[in-house]
Order: sequence, then C-alpha cells, then structure tokens
Amino acid sequence: MTALLELKNLKTHFMKKKANIPAVDGVDLTIQKGETVALVGESGSGKSITSLSIMRLIPSPPGKIVDGQILFNGQDLVTLTDDQMCKIRGNDISMIFQEPMTSLNPVLTIGEQIIEVLMYHQKLNKSQARTKAVEMLELVGFSRAKALVDEYPHRLSGGMRQRVMIAIAMSCNPKLLIADEPTTALDVTIQAQILDLMKDLSKKYDTSILLITHDLGVVSEVADKVVVMYCGQVVEEAMVEDLFDEPLHPYTIGLMGSIPSLDDDLDRLQSIEGNVPPPEHFPQGCRFAPRCPHAFDKCRSALPALMDVEGGSRKVRCFLHGDKEATS
Amino acid sequence: MSTLTKKDSNSSIITDSDYILEVNDLKKHFPVKAGILQRNVGSVKAVDGLSFKVKKGETIGIVGESGCGKSTAGRTLIRLYEPTAGDIFFKGRNISKMSESELRRTVRKDIQMVFQDPYASLNPRKTLKSILLEPMKTHNMYKGKEREDKLDELLDRVGFNPLFINRYPHEFSGGQRQRIGIARALTLNPDLIIADEAVSALDVSIQAQIINLMKDLQEEMGLTYVFISHDLSVVRHISDRVGVMYLGKIMEFAPKKDIYEEPLHPYTQALLSAVPTPRKKGAAPRERIILKGDLPSPANPPAGCVFHTRCPAATAMCSEKVPEFREVKKDHFVACHLY
Repeated sequence: MTALLELKNLKTHFMKKKANIPAVDGVDLTIQKGETVALVGESGSGKSITSLSIMRLIPSPPGKIVDGQILFNGQDLVTLTDDQMCKIRGNDISMIFQEPMTSLNPVLTIGEQIIEVLMYHQKLNKSQARTKAVEMLELVGFSRAKALVDEYPHRLSGGMRQRVMIAIAMSCNPKLLIADEPTTALDVTIQAQILDLMKDLSKKYDTSILLITHDLGVVSEVADKVVVMYCGQVVEEAMVEDLFDEPLHPYTIGLMGSIPSLDDDLDRLQSIEGNVPPPEHFPQGCRFAPRCPHAFDKCRSALPALMDVEGGSRKVRCFLHGDKEATS
Repeated sequence: MSTLTKKDSNSSIITDSDYILEVNDLKKHFPVKAGILQRNVGSVKAVDGLSFKVKKGETIGIVGESGCGKSTAGRTLIRLYEPTAGDIFFKGRNISKMSESELRRTVRKDIQMVFQDPYASLNPRKTLKSILLEPMKTHNMYKGKEREDKLDELLDRVGFNPLFINRYPHEFSGGQRQRIGIARALTLNPDLIIADEAVSALDVSIQAQIINLMKDLQEEMGLTYVFISHDLSVVRHISDRVGVMYLGKIMEFAPKKDIYEEPLHPYTQALLSAVPTPRKKGAAPRERIILKGDLPSPANPPAGCVFHTRCPAATAMCSEKVPEFREVKKDHFVACHLY
C-alpha cells in the first residue's frame, strides 16, 4: 500500500488580538489508498480544523497553516495556489459535512448542484452531466432518480439530503473523501443506511475515507485505523481492533468508559473529570495531565512525544507507555 | 388494556398510591391551517394515544427517532401543551383539565423539566443567582436567610463552586450549564423531573458526568424521572422501564432488560440493531436489520399499524387493523399483530 495522504507536523493556528490559538498543533497522519481512517475527539479537539486544513478551507485571516506539510500523492497542498487547489477540491478530494440541512443550496435543484461539479471538473456538457447526475443518484440508492433531479432540497428528508451530498462528493470519483460527522444529525436507522452506503462506495471505487466523528460506535463499524485527538494533538493511533481491545492512552480509556453500553448494565459510568481546556489555556506538559488519573510530576512539566509502541504497530503520546519502549 | 385500567375521567382523585404519574390515552394533535381563511385542513397527530404509569422513584425512558412525538409527549405531560384528549393523573389528581391557576397552586412546583439545549434554556441576561432564585420567588417559597441556604445547598448538590453565583450563563461550558438547568429544576424540591434530551448536546465525557449526577440525585432525593432521549444506550443506562415511540404511539413498553435483551416489536428490534457499538476483537458482528425508507409524515400516518410501511414482518392485516397495545408477558406491553 502506498500513502495517499500524509500530514507531517501540521500546525494550524488562529491569530486573535492578544493570543495565538493553536487549534491544530503538530498533527501527523497517514492515509493509505483504499483505507478508512477515523479521526476521533470531543469538541475543541481540533479534528474539524485538521480536515478543513487538508481542504485548505481555513478562513484566513485569522487562521493560518503555520507549519508542516500536507502531502497528497506526494504533492504538498500547503504550497499550492488557490487556482491549483480549486482543481483538486471536489475532484480528487471531496468533503461531506455534518449538516445536510444547510450544506445544500436551497434555491438550486439537486440536479443543478451535481451538474455544476461535473461540468467544472470533468468538462462534460450539460446533457452528459445530467445523465451522469441521474446515475449518481441511482448509485446512492434513489429509486426515482429521474424525477429527483429536478426537485429542490427542501422536499427531501435529512437522510435523503445526506445521500445527495454523498452523490455530489462521489461524482468525480475522488481518491479521498473527507466526511466530517456525516451521520451525527441523523437518526440511528438512517445512520445505518448512510454508513452502509459509504462502506459500499469506498470498496467499489477504492476511495480512501477520512471519517471525523465523536461517536466510537460509528468508528468501530466503518474504520480500519483510528486516530484519537485531544487539544490539537494526536494522543493515540492504532488499528481499530487493537484500539477497542486495549486502549493505551488514559484519555482513550476514559472516553470508552464514558459511553454507556447497549449490552451491559453498569451502575456508574467512568467519567473523565473536568472539562477540555480552551486553546489559549493549554496546560504546560501533557495536555491531558490535569484530567488524568495517572498523572505524575513529569507529566506536568514535559510534553510526551507520539511514540511507537508494540513494535511500531501503534502510537501513543503518554509517559506511561513511552518509558518501556525507550529502554528496549 | 389489562392492567392499564380505565379511570373515570370525572373522578379527579384515585387511590393507587404506588404510581406518581398515570397517563391514559393521551393525545396531542396540532391543527394544520391553510388558505386565506386559515381553515383547518387536517391535523398533525404528534402524540396519538399514550398510556403508561410511572412508579414513585423510578426512571421511565422514552426513546424514538426524531419526529416520533417524544418531546411533544414530554411537554404535554406537564401541560406546556394543552392535551387534545386523554387524562394525566399526577399523585392521584387529574391535571389534564385543571385551570392554569389551579395548576400553579397545586402541582407546578412538583413537576419540573430539564431541557436539551443548555445554551438556549438559560436567560443570558440573568446571573446564576437570579436564575435559581426566580422559581422560589414565583412560588413564594423560602424566606430571607433560607433562600441563601437553599442556594448553597443546590450548588453543592450539582457540584458547583459557590463563587460562581454572580456569573452569567455565557461564562460557563455546556456541561456546567446543564448542571445549572438541573439545579434550577431542583429548587422547589420536585417529585417528578421530565428530562427532554438532557444530555444529547454534550460531549461523551461530560455526558457521563451529568448522567452520574442525575443518578446520584435520584438516590439522595427520591426523584422520579421521565427521561426522553434518542440515544438507546443512554436510556438503557439510566432507566428502569423503557417505552419505544414511533409516529406518536408507543410500540413497546417494558422493563429495560426485556426491551434490550428480548425486544418483541419489529421496530424495537430494528432500532437496536442499527445502533453502532464498539465491539471487541473476535466478537461476532451483530446482525443488522436495515429499515427501508424514512419516517412517514405524522400529518398523514399510514392506516392500520403505523409501522407497516417499513416493517420487515408486515402482513396484509397490518395495513388494515390498528394493533392493540396490550400486555403479552408480565409487564411487557406491545402493539403488534405478531403477538
């Protein structure tokens, strides 16, 4: 397998009047061809800013990619001009957003919104694009696609709109699909439909997916690899079975303990005390130390690096696990 | 309806003291108006015949997808919406037809509500102190020094630093605001709390803190909860008995063990199978029932069983006859022709 996307030490900061807010602070991430990688974290962890940085959609000012590389097929996206980036966006990398209610244009028909993408990127003429648009709608499971092309978004339910978004995103056969909380706004039965559809499409077209979510259940259903973020940094990275089998970082362990299970009865949930600190008040040392039940002196003074453990098959940013490796 | 005995709605006192809340065939229909004259052209049957009983000190979970009427049910229970039909007995009193002033005099302070959105449910122009004092003033409870003591006690109960008392809601995080919402609901020592998606807007680690807090408070103060949520795992965690709603009706109502381990209704089965859950290495993948299509409109619900359009086990009878909501096993109620 070859790396399709490689983030190297990505730093996206926001400049406010007084403070410099490190929303994404040194993220390394690799996505192989055909692989589904889940980026997990709570609100404020920087997962959405990471995805927007890849798309170069960070509002600037105040946001800026201050350091690092985003290598897509070997090409550094950070150095591209806006025009070059426009050719990649929607064509090689496309994105699905959380809110299917607001991400479609309400005054254009569904057909027009798919046709626009096809005419711009694939240089199809209008009637070719229209035929292709109907095909795409059939692909995402609409039975009356021909009629639907001329409908407006308000006539569709949330699940149907999200399927239209997937049709738009997949219309140019992208190599990478970024899905930012694609099912969070949907009901569970509809969520199951959408996740199934995404899995099928990625297999069929060998598309890599970067799935951004806070729902660990969704992660275990669709992802191959999981990257856990906290306060703008990656704290753990592992294959999905390994992570659910034995989470290593105290934050990941806490996160898993916080979810009530559908199959067991527990009296109390194991919660993580305190709140996620705001970026302008990130603690010195390990950023999770103030909430960590295992924190010791070193954690409060030095920031642990993201280290390989278990023979390089997974990574964790924690002194509890780092020492063993350092001596071996 | 074997154990859900019909009460004569004229008699306003019942003697069955085990139950703090009893709901009989509760309906809430919203009119649909059209044309220049705004004539009624139909109605949205948001809640269409709910019947259940709540025991003192227990937690009833109500789950369902968006649009199933669970929030409308919660609001109708405390008369934020006027019920279209049916009876609500609270501590033996029929509150469904009480006048507004009588309500306020007798039961308002005993039933409180915690809302979903901690950002919208607190007045941004009031400090924490005045938010918590307002219910006491309205109901004329506690005098002078007692109020200050009560404030301290409330803050202590929900784990708040008393120094924060003069801060405004925008200075707090989502989890802290939800604690304020809970503290406000507790000011008048209620018996029943209706929590409408109380933890849905919170991150998982904060959600766990709030759920633990609600469980502790229940134990300490003997509260009864009606917990409305779309999240099946949260409902399993907090509830004693669970009702599953679909298009304004309860499809299944049973102790949580029965609902989660032996669901009878095809909708409950599909709903449970659709929930993605973290699974350990080697564990067999769960079989999944994927429902076709979307929720039908409650303005024009399907004839017969409302679920028959999406039901994998539907027969001809399902589209003609409305299934009766009845007890098929002990304490296990289902509305389905299969049983």
